[in-house]
Amino acid sequence: MNEIKNSPLGDRGKKIHPHKFAMWVALASIVMMFAGLTSAFIVKSSQAGWQDIETPSLFIYSTLVIIISSVTVQMAVRAHKQREKMSKYRLYITITAFLGALFVALQFFGFSNLWTQGITFRSSISGSFLYVIIGLHALHVIGGVAALLVTFFRAFSRRERVYSSVGIEIVATYWHFVDLLWIYLVLFFTLIK
Amino acid sequence: MSNEAVLHAHAATGHAEHHEHHHHHESFITKYIFSQDHKMISKQFLVTGIVWAILGGLMSVLFRLQLGYPNETFPILEDILGKWAKGGKIQPEFYYALVTMHGTVLVFFVLTAGLSGTFSNLLIPLQCGARDMASPFLNMLSYWFFFISSIIMLSSFFIETGAASGGWTSYPPLSAIGDFSEGSKAGMDCWLISMALFIVSALLGGLNYIATVLNMRTKGLSMTKLPLTIWAFFFTAVLGVLSFPVLLSGAILLLFDRHLGTSFYLSDIFVSKTQTALPNEGGSAILYQHLFWFLGHPEVYIILLPAMGMASEIISTNSRKPIFGYMAMVGSLFAICILAFLVWAHHMFVTGLNPFLGAFFVLLTLLIAVPSAIKVFNWLTTLWKGNIRFTPAMLFAIGFVSLFISGGLTGIYLGNSALDYQLHDTYFVVAHFHIVMGVASMFGMFAGIYHWYPKMFGRHLNHTLGYIHFWVTICGAYLIFWPMHYQGLAGAPRRYYDISNWHFLKGFDGLNQFISTVALIVFATQLLFVFNYFFSMYKGRRLTTKNPWGSTTLEWTTPINPGHGNWPGEIPEVHRWAYDYSKDGRDFIPQTEPIGAEESHH
Repeated sequence: MNEIKNSPLGDRGKKIHPHKFAMWVALASIVMMFAGLTSAFIVKSSQAGWQDIETPSLFIYSTLVIIISSVTVQMAVRAHKQREKMSKYRLYITITAFLGALFVALQFFGFSNLWTQGITFRSSISGSFLYVIIGLHALHVIGGVAALLVTFFRAFSRRERVYSSVGIEIVATYWHFVDLLWIYLVLFFTLIK
Repeated sequence: MSNEAVLHAHAATGHAEHHEHHHHHESFITKYIFSQDHKMISKQFLVTGIVWAILGGLMSVLFRLQLGYPNETFPILEDILGKWAKGGKIQPEFYYALVTMHGTVLVFFVLTAGLSGTFSNLLIPLQCGARDMASPFLNMLSYWFFFISSIIMLSSFFIETGAASGGWTSYPPLSAIGDFSEGSKAGMDCWLISMALFIVSALLGGLNYIATVLNMRTKGLSMTKLPLTIWAFFFTAVLGVLSFPVLLSGAILLLFDRHLGTSFYLSDIFVSKTQTALPNEGGSAILYQHLFWFLGHPEVYIILLPAMGMASEIISTNSRKPIFGYMAMVGSLFAICILAFLVWAHHMFVTGLNPFLGAFFVLLTLLIAVPSAIKVFNWLTTLWKGNIRFTPAMLFAIGFVSLFISGGLTGIYLGNSALDYQLHDTYFVVAHFHIVMGVASMFGMFAGIYHWYPKMFGRHLNHTLGYIHFWVTICGAYLIFWPMHYQGLAGAPRRYYDISNWHFLKGFDGLNQFISTVALIVFATQLLFVFNYFFSMYKGRRLTTKNPWGSTTLEWTTPINPGHGNWPGEIPEVHRWAYDYSKDGRDFIPQTEPIGAEESHH
């Protein structure tokens, strides 16, 4: 008991914060959802009547955008941990949220290109898979943007000062996850043909 | 100690004082409705689960009336149900809606939310020595998602075209096209939306349970000192978190097929009602079955594992003996958890699965018999020469073991694909899963309620009513489902509205009437339990001691009516495992007692 009281972090120096851990479990469950969808894609693609489609070239830009946003969110975490740089922290969060919104917008334009090329829900199974899987991923990014906005307003709130970096670290973990998930999806759609 | 650190690190205002004095300024709304206290949330889950169990049980009574008395009319039904029972006879559409909803409600709302929602919430913080869940807020959301999902499912009965009626599995194409059946219209949308919300609820609950068990145990409570209940809830949550999202993907694809014209599951099949072919191309209905059963099979264990954990705890406590083979119990829970993900295709032997592939699923399915048998032997050896106290909870726990054996043995028949070709979709399957999963888990749930009711409400349930409840229910369960094995072996198909048309099943008319009558009696007895539950809440015998059963675990070290935060002072430290019964001449030694100098490790 005494040693715990003496160390500033207590037991937490060794143990992961429960909220962070809960986020990792949630990520595992999101992985299972996309594993279900992409394995359904593989099963379907081996069946008769399957036609491959080209993924929109705009997705290269959206990939770049989301990778950069992963860097900025990490810089926000670093700025938050070094207390004196709170203005930088706010800046990085703003940039990340903006990049997240830009990513979703790029996905949307990529899809409208596809749609105008005649790849609709009715016309192609592989197209509908693309819409569903990438659409669900975009929803997860939007969720991340919402979480970033909450952190953003908490950073500016005068009523409540947040000194714990757990919140932003959890958001950052999630953000890296949707980034990695997107890279996986891009590779998946390029390689499974 | 880690608990305190965690809770305080996040609290903007000093929580510490609150825990010590219990001076929560709680209004009615924050205490009883939007409560973040795990104990209140567990009661919310339980009461909602009881309401659903009554409704789901009533549905089975209604369709059993049709099955037992296919040629009779019951005018009173028309007064209550209107057009669904025209002329006092359950209409075919309504019959299928009842069967579908009975399955959905019992599997998801009662035995998932009602069972692990109640007891994981109640026992994980109490037995782990935590103030509350890792995230009390998400825990509250978990209940309210479940509540909204319940309301949507219930409301589907009041739609003009009726509730979903494609079976609890909702296989497309039947569930995908409104022209195929009335229940596949708006009722099916309600079903899908309700299930999506339910999945969110299950995930929020599950990740809380996992995070709490792994990160918020009190000082000294290593994983191998945990009571088996916690191990079971932990594996249940792991199963849920990894399998429910797959069902969600399946449901999303089905929603797209229904409303946006995609062809994931649908192909150009001919619709007799409109005399046209569907415009879809290349869809595969089998794909849905894969996605569904990848959840569907782990779901069976999501239902069963909490019952196993609670039965272990209750049997050990009431035999006044340590659980036999603790590590084997944990290991077999783990093995079941892994195997649960590898056997889903045994539900699909007759859907055109490659028989060669089927052989692997047969092997993996039969492997589950090994951990299951280990568990059964360990329960029996725990009972062996025990100083048994036959409390209602103990009777239900022993009843659980009995049902698990009887139902598990028929699982070995059904796991063989060669036998399954004959038995699939007969009453044999109905009997098998009702005994092993349905009734057995209900028994686990009853055992849990009788055992932990004093912790929930500070009062005992009435034991006489409990004994009546037990004996009628166990006799009834066997009388209802045992004969169904014979019906199934004789070839009686399940799901049919009326099987009396077949000459070769004529001999079963009397048996069907018998089953229906027993079902009615058993249902009425459950109402006795419901009465006992609510009556004892206010009039039950008060607890005079903290630890009425002489248990070793931490929940019995809290005050009789614990406040939010569970322990008024510091959280107790744990020094030993949870099963030191009849050791060194003592009846039991609580987990909080340090190990003496003379004492050996367990």
